[in-house]
Amino acid sequence: MSSVIVAKNIVTRFGSNIVHDGLSFEIKKGEIFGLLGGSGSGKTTLLREMILLQKYSSGSLKVLDIDVKKLKDKKANELRSRWGVLFQFGALFSSLSVLENISIALKEYTNLSNSAIEKAALMKLKMVGLPQSAAHLYPSELSGGMKKRAGLARALIRDPKLLFLDEPTSGLDPKSARDFDELIVALRDALGITVIMVTHDKDTISSVLDRFVILGNKKIQFLGDIEELRTSDNENLKEFTNGK
Amino acid sequence: MSASINIFTTNNTITFTCKGSWTLEYVTQLSRKLTSTCKDKNVVFDLTSLSDFDTHGILLIIETIKKLQLQNCQIKKVGESEKFISLYEVCLSNFPKEIKHPDKHGTIGQFFYTFGKNIVESKRTLINFFSFVGGLTEAVGKLTINPSQIRFKAMFYHLENSGLKALPIILLTSFLIGVVIAFQGAVQLEKFGANIFIVEMVSISVTRELAPLLTAIVIAGRSASAYTAEIGVMKITEEIDAMKTMGFSVWNFLIIPRVFALMISLPLVVFFADIVSIFGGMVVASLQLGISFEEFANRMQESVEIKHVIIGLVKAPIFGWIIAVIGCFRGFQISSSTESVGKYTTISVVNAIFWVIAMDAIVSVFLTELGL
Repeated sequence: MSSVIVAKNIVTRFGSNIVHDGLSFEIKKGEIFGLLGGSGSGKTTLLREMILLQKYSSGSLKVLDIDVKKLKDKKANELRSRWGVLFQFGALFSSLSVLENISIALKEYTNLSNSAIEKAALMKLKMVGLPQSAAHLYPSELSGGMKKRAGLARALIRDPKLLFLDEPTSGLDPKSARDFDELIVALRDALGITVIMVTHDKDTISSVLDRFVILGNKKIQFLGDIEELRTSDNENLKEFTNGK
Repeated sequence: MSASINIFTTNNTITFTCKGSWTLEYVTQLSRKLTSTCKDKNVVFDLTSLSDFDTHGILLIIETIKKLQLQNCQIKKVGESEKFISLYEVCLSNFPKEIKHPDKHGTIGQFFYTFGKNIVESKRTLINFFSFVGGLTEAVGKLTINPSQIRFKAMFYHLENSGLKALPIILLTSFLIGVVIAFQGAVQLEKFGANIFIVEMVSISVTRELAPLLTAIVIAGRSASAYTAEIGVMKITEEIDAMKTMGFSVWNFLIIPRVFALMISLPLVVFFADIVSIFGGMVVASLQLGISFEEFANRMQESVEIKHVIIGLVKAPIFGWIIAVIGCFRGFQISSSTESVGKYTTISVVNAIFWVIAMDAIVSVFLTELGL
């Protein structure tokens, strides 16, 4: 299997404050990969570096075989069209309805007819488990879980190869959180996408993630899957394994 | 990579041979070629040489198949890969039904709908505003009984921010207003040889009307917007709810300090604005009409009654009350969306300026009728 993301010796500095000190890892195609770590360990920073929202100081980071360090605008937009991002609170555009939020990328970047855009958007709406009656609601009328689902539908609209999720289950009730986990696995299986997520949720970690990194102390503390973590002897890291 | 479709027709069978990558990029191009008008035929989709596909490509196939089925065609798919079947199943089960768009009224209907909606909303806003003013009055009443509850620190903060920091811009505009009034007046008065009347003209118009009005308008622009946005964002971030659950009175902590700060600072600022705008008039009078500062001051003492200045200063706290109350009231109307912050901030400034001017007109007529 080929690698979707290759990070080599990533160093991130904010002024004199070093956040990452030489991170190296690879994410394989079709994986659900987790970025774990305590608060302030730089998980979200790492995610933001992958999606071109933030620059790292040195090292090399390749996303879909493209080096993201010095990217021209055109190339960057091409790359952006191949991934979808779900932000922690959905980040839906508050002036647009759910359907408009989902379909805006198709409207702006493709020459699809309006009816085709609507069909595609409604299909994605259904795929993420929202009722069709939610299509004309505005973000302020949605619950937290629905916002995340709508945000996921927006992220999926262009059939991305890569899906980035920032704490997808935080702020959801346990039932919704597990449903969301199942949804992500089902979408990965159906659409064959690679999923990279920042998460704190122990259930997500043990039931959804194929592999993950644990960041801490500016370095990678652990890289592997849940079984390896359970058999490892590092007590600090075992906190991530549901206490079993 | 590209995508294409070959259509091969025999007697009773049409074969669609799908090739290449049926992805988002090529869907429009493909949909043009994919005809779906044929009746009672066997249709075969040959998917053997399909190299890549995504939900958009599959959606196109599903749509075409649905259309063909309506025309009594028999559909067969051959050569589909396992991956295709699984994604096809997912898309088929999620194929959307027709959706009803929300009703849109005609132009005239829309006009009356909006008109009626505005009236109902205005009525509700008016009632809410009165209840807000009532609540404020009650809270002020409680504070007078128990003055130790007054939040002096917050009040001084707003005095500084809304009053003191507004002083430079207000002094500058007032000076210019004094200059403009004197300059325009000088031209007219010179024609009559009534040069000395420039003193009354500048002093009365500025102290009684212009300085208070102008100050209030500038403060409305600065502070009404700030109050609305501050309170609105506090509401969105649930700070206000947090205060309520801890038993802090929103009136005492947020509203009364702002209202008192403006009611105290406005007369003070207007006083300075009076001085500076009269000074502006004096400068023009001496340059344009040859009336020295001393003559100007003497004439002012003789012929301009102090009541004009007092009327101006009495109006100032009323304006301050209007600005602060409208600013706070609109702030509490902001709901959870980011849009409403902009909407209500705009409304609050427009309302504040309008009611300041309206109140000025009312007071003006009232006092003139009283003979003051």
